[in-house]
Amino acid sequence: MGLDIRWPIGLMFTLIGVLLVITSFSGGASPRLPGVNIDLIWGIVLLIFGIGMLAGAIAGKKQGPPK
Amino acid sequence: MQSVHLAWVDYTILIAYTVFVIGIGFALRKYLKSSSDFLTSGRSIPAWVTGLAFISANLGALEVVGMAASGAQYGVATAHFYWVGAIPAMLFLAVFMMPFYYGSKARSVPEYLNMRFDGRVRCFNSISFAIMTVFASGISMDALARMLSFLLPWKNEYNIGGHVFGSYDFYLIICSAIVLVYVLKGGLTSAIYTEVLQFFMIVLGFAPVVWLGLKEVGGWSTLKEKLSVVAQNPSALYLGDKAYNSGAWSHAWTPIIAGPEHNPMGVGVFPIVFGLGFVLSFGYWCTNFLVVQRAMAARNMSAARRTPLIAAVPKMLFPAIVILPGMVAVALAVMPGKDYRLPPVAISATKMSYAVADVKAAAPDNAPAAVEKIKADVGLGMDPAKLTAIIQANSTSALSDDDLKTKLQDAVTDTYYNGVTLSLIERYCPAGLLGLALTALLASFMSGMAGNVTAFNTIWTYDLYQAYLAPSKTDRHYFVVGQASTVVGIILSIFCAYFSSHYSNAMNVIQLVFGFVNAPLFATFLLGMFWARTTGTGAFYGLIIGTCTSALFHSLTIYTGGTPGLQGAYLWHFLGHSTIPASCILPSSMAQNFWLASFAFASCFIFTTGISLATARTKTDEELKGLVYSLTPKLKDDETHFLLRPPVLATILLVCCVILNIIFW
Repeated sequence: MGLDIRWPIGLMFTLIGVLLVITSFSGGASPRLPGVNIDLIWGIVLLIFGIGMLAGAIAGKKQGPPK
Repeated sequence: MQSVHLAWVDYTILIAYTVFVIGIGFALRKYLKSSSDFLTSGRSIPAWVTGLAFISANLGALEVVGMAASGAQYGVATAHFYWVGAIPAMLFLAVFMMPFYYGSKARSVPEYLNMRFDGRVRCFNSISFAIMTVFASGISMDALARMLSFLLPWKNEYNIGGHVFGSYDFYLIICSAIVLVYVLKGGLTSAIYTEVLQFFMIVLGFAPVVWLGLKEVGGWSTLKEKLSVVAQNPSALYLGDKAYNSGAWSHAWTPIIAGPEHNPMGVGVFPIVFGLGFVLSFGYWCTNFLVVQRAMAARNMSAARRTPLIAAVPKMLFPAIVILPGMVAVALAVMPGKDYRLPPVAISATKMSYAVADVKAAAPDNAPAAVEKIKADVGLGMDPAKLTAIIQANSTSALSDDDLKTKLQDAVTDTYYNGVTLSLIERYCPAGLLGLALTALLASFMSGMAGNVTAFNTIWTYDLYQAYLAPSKTDRHYFVVGQASTVVGIILSIFCAYFSSHYSNAMNVIQLVFGFVNAPLFATFLLGMFWARTTGTGAFYGLIIGTCTSALFHSLTIYTGGTPGLQGAYLWHFLGHSTIPASCILPSSMAQNFWLASFAFASCFIFTTGISLATARTKTDEELKGLVYSLTPKLKDDETHFLLRPPVLATILLVCCVILNIIFW
């Protein structure tokens, strides 16, 4: 339909990624595994995913609507 | 398990998700022009989106939570629900059945049945399906409202007209309102888009939890080692009285092949392969409009056929995210020093007050009597040693009420398996990740509601309203009816949610009845699609008889440890037998389920065939073109690359699935 679903997915996960990275600065370690700053690690993973989705959405927009 | 503490970041993620789903609804509003746009997405959605929505519609939170529960109870054999109980059926749907669903231009599964047979089977199927979706939606709503009111209790209560409104009601109304808004605004497309969003939330929300769990256990080989400890002494974790071979939790097939006494599921090869793998699995994936609706929304035939294939890829890999946590949990529970135990069933507030009173009234020199009284009052399995310790401690110096409550709760031995997922989330997630994981759970409950409501409004509008109540109205009329039935569907679901929360036994009855209806259904479709001689009369009566066979089978059988009544075997009592014959006692409720499905399918198949041969055909070959396999020209797939043709892709996926089965043999 008219709305490319990659926009909301990309935005959502970029936002969550940013939030997780910010949280990781004030200690994002997992309670049981103190050496692993999971908020930071996963925040970056989500950022990459979200930005990747947004890139796909932008590319799709340039391509124009499907026939 | 205490309520979790959420930080600002967790709330932000929760609220952001809510804003996004409502926003999607509003953004799609302007693209809805006709009833078919609203109810069936106007057949315009790309295959990867319908594919992910297909798998996501099936993946309600109850499945996520339930699979972890089963992973704890049965180990990797739970993967049979995916590798045997889903993949083959999805591949079959894609290659053989989608051409009929999509090509017949039917807007729903019952509509296909009407085209193929006549109104009777369609009517039976639409009514039973409509009722089932409303109840399924209500069950999701109830579970969600309960989870939220447990995790984030609302302190205020309002007394309106005699009914006390607390957290549960608040969350129920709020979540229903959110789903109502985005489905009303954006129709099926809205539901599909949020299902895709939900899919990513679940994968990305739970993957870190599983990863952290595996890391804490020490990797897959350590996990297997710990699981063999569990398998050899499951009673240490209150998992039952039998002991099994060391590989029972970490192998999918060997314990099953060894026989029902050698695996915790209590099933052998035939019920798994035929009952689950064929009857139940094909019965669900090939006939359930909730998932088929997503494939029918695809933009063309080739996209429609690829939808279940695309869905099969994550489906094969899902055990890593949903079943593995359960296995990690039991492994942790047998590792000393990890300070983890499987979550016990919660003692209700009323029963807790009795138990506390019992402890205070207990005479320390007559502890066993007091222990029995506490157990009777609480109604759950409890550890007598721990109870004795509590009584002794309290008699030496009176413990505070809160302290007593905590200790009493800790003494419960019945495990609340559905709580395993949450317990792991609490264990591993710091603020931030916690918000993501909880939002993932919330997302899957909500999309369970939305998916069922969108299936309901389509069935109602096209198969019940348009078919029987008001056949020749304008499209605008049906558009409005579609929207109205969305509102009605949500309201009915709310009633079902309240019903479910008060009468959990009644809900079990309802689910049982739907199990009866689903079991024979695939026989009807199979014969309808592949045998032109099947008649409407044969299909209708065959289905009825098949459903009755389900009920009969259930009324005659029970499983070890089950109580006659809701769990089966009630007919014996009416027939004057006080004991149930040993041949009618099955090793587990799963075994009962799989055998029930097998018998019901067989009965429906035989009777549909027999009655069809005895009645005249009402449709000519020409009328059945496009509805029956032998009368439909074969689809030409030569416009796409060889590897992307549905039959080829399906074969590749089947091989991958077999490889997975071999790896975890």
